[in-house]
Amino acid sequence: MTADQWIALVAGIVGGALRVGAPFLFVSLGECLTEKSGRINLGLEGVLVLSAMAAFGGAYLTDSAWVGVAVGAAAGAALALLHGLLCSLDRVNDVATGIALMLLGTGLAFYLGKPLIQPQAPQLPAIPLGFWSDNTVVQSALQVNALVPIGIALAVFLWWAFARTRAGLLVRMAGDSANATRALGYSVSGIRIAATTAGGAIAGLGGASLTLFYPGSWNEGISSGQGLIAVALVIFARWSPLRCVGAALLFGGAGAIGPALQSVGVGWGYHLFNTVPYVLTLVILVFTCKPGSVAIGSPGELSSTR
Amino acid sequence: MRNALKEIALPAFAIAAALLVFGVLVWFAGVNPVDVWVTLFKGAFGDWFSWQNTLQRAAPLMLTALCVAIPARAGLIIIGGEGALVLGGLACAALPYIVPLPGNIVGTVLVCIAGAIAGALWIMLAGWLRQYRGINETISSLLLAYIAIGIFKHLVEGLLRDPASLNKPSTHPLPEGLAIGGMFGSDVHWGLAIGVVACVVLGLWLRATASGFSVRVVGGNPRTAQLVGLPATRLILGACAVGGACAGLAGAVEVAAVHTNANASLIAGYGYAGILVSFIARHNPVAIIPVAILFGGFGAAGSLLQRRLGLPDASVQVLQGIAFVLILASEGLRMVDWKTLLKNRMPKAVQPRLVKESA
Repeated sequence: MTADQWIALVAGIVGGALRVGAPFLFVSLGECLTEKSGRINLGLEGVLVLSAMAAFGGAYLTDSAWVGVAVGAAAGAALALLHGLLCSLDRVNDVATGIALMLLGTGLAFYLGKPLIQPQAPQLPAIPLGFWSDNTVVQSALQVNALVPIGIALAVFLWWAFARTRAGLLVRMAGDSANATRALGYSVSGIRIAATTAGGAIAGLGGASLTLFYPGSWNEGISSGQGLIAVALVIFARWSPLRCVGAALLFGGAGAIGPALQSVGVGWGYHLFNTVPYVLTLVILVFTCKPGSVAIGSPGELSSTR
Repeated sequence: MRNALKEIALPAFAIAAALLVFGVLVWFAGVNPVDVWVTLFKGAFGDWFSWQNTLQRAAPLMLTALCVAIPARAGLIIIGGEGALVLGGLACAALPYIVPLPGNIVGTVLVCIAGAIAGALWIMLAGWLRQYRGINETISSLLLAYIAIGIFKHLVEGLLRDPASLNKPSTHPLPEGLAIGGMFGSDVHWGLAIGVVACVVLGLWLRATASGFSVRVVGGNPRTAQLVGLPATRLILGACAVGGACAGLAGAVEVAAVHTNANASLIAGYGYAGILVSFIARHNPVAIIPVAILFGGFGAAGSLLQRRLGLPDASVQVLQGIAFVLILASEGLRMVDWKTLLKNRMPKAVQPRLVKESA
């Protein structure tokens, strides 16, 4: 490979980390909030696909990308609310409910999104981070989604809110000890439903960034497990919103290797390089999980870590 | 008896409710719900042709549902059956590349065994990761499924590709003698018999053998299993292997009976639908048979819904999703003591109270 190709490859991976990482960032923040309240939402995969479709539909019908983002967040919140309500019933397992919502969310999205496969919707504005270079490849690779700064601000806000606000403390308390929450006279289910719904809305922003920025169109293969990787990503980030940002960028970079190699003309192993994020997730889980012990920083009530 | 009635009544009620909700949904799309219900029934069970289609789809569903049910009885929620199915299909198609096979039933059995072994190893990996590294098996099995699909596509489009398959990359077709044919001259292939036998045998195994009982103890109460000294890890890995073998077998049967080679149509979502089937059957292998036939029927009716009523092809998926949500919600109602509830709702008879009047 020539020097130019190497630069293009590195720019592709760095830019891809920001581009492919955006949905990871939002979904992992949403999952982080949900898990902090003591529930696991495997249905975020369904939330992501449904909100991606809703955001695209909203933007297409109103001709405004930002309305689309709002519609996506609302759709995500609605599906997550269903998860929260179902899990509050007696003897309803949150993992099984998550699987059900994964099927329902993707099914609904494909059903309602059938007419949206052809049209074009207005796209979110891009922030040109590659302005310093006069290499056009670098410039086009470093076009960054306008939602990314919002996501980073949201991560900082969540980190601050968990540490400093009453609401954040309540969420953490519901996640660490349901009994303590009850003893203080708060409704555990109420807090968890609220946290799950808010988490769904945040994940909905991730769906919006899929269809309104990159890849920038709606089709049935829009998400390939990003919602589930986010669950593993939160374990990797040890339930800290700030570490979620780093983890999301790492995974975005891993996911960008395949397309970046293809863009510089290396076609071999395209499908294998696309599995890098999954392999990376497993490897990270192998190193961060220990049998018979609870992961550091995990909420005490969480069913997945016990 | 009353319990058995409840076991059947609740899921039946949930599926009926799901059909009702689905009817409302298609009504929004401007389609008459009654037409949809009639079409669903006709497309699934209306005539012999649709029955054949239904049973053909039920066969892989039974096997992938077992991939959820058997580990679930050992206490693991495995949702990566799709990966085992895909690798099973790949192993089945790849075996003739490596060794020359006799072109008769022996060869067919060998390719099916290859598929089953591939699936068993893949799901065992998820169980191993859980037992030795403490990784949540639900997440790892799904990640493994995505990795399996990546490997499948890589090999089918590269090393194993038949140069004659231009538009749709596939492997070389299986040699003529290895294909699985129809039963008794119908279109329903022998995979259905394999599925039914697997369900019945595994149901008996869980119910009537010592090892099956041990698996249920490990799943039901790990502490008890530890106290009586059961080899929990070995039993869990065994359950994963059995489940994975079923899903791998499903892939092999799909290749040998339907597609004749391994190509992308193998990734049809049977692994995910199997999760739903197993949950509705409450992880009971024998109950999987009727549930798989029902959902195979819904799948078969999908194309008819699309052609006759112009509904999107994802409508069956929506119906499945609604059914899954309602089935889980109905679990919340299982333990409700309806008798007491009704009694408390009844107006209470007023007891005449005697008051001693003091003079």
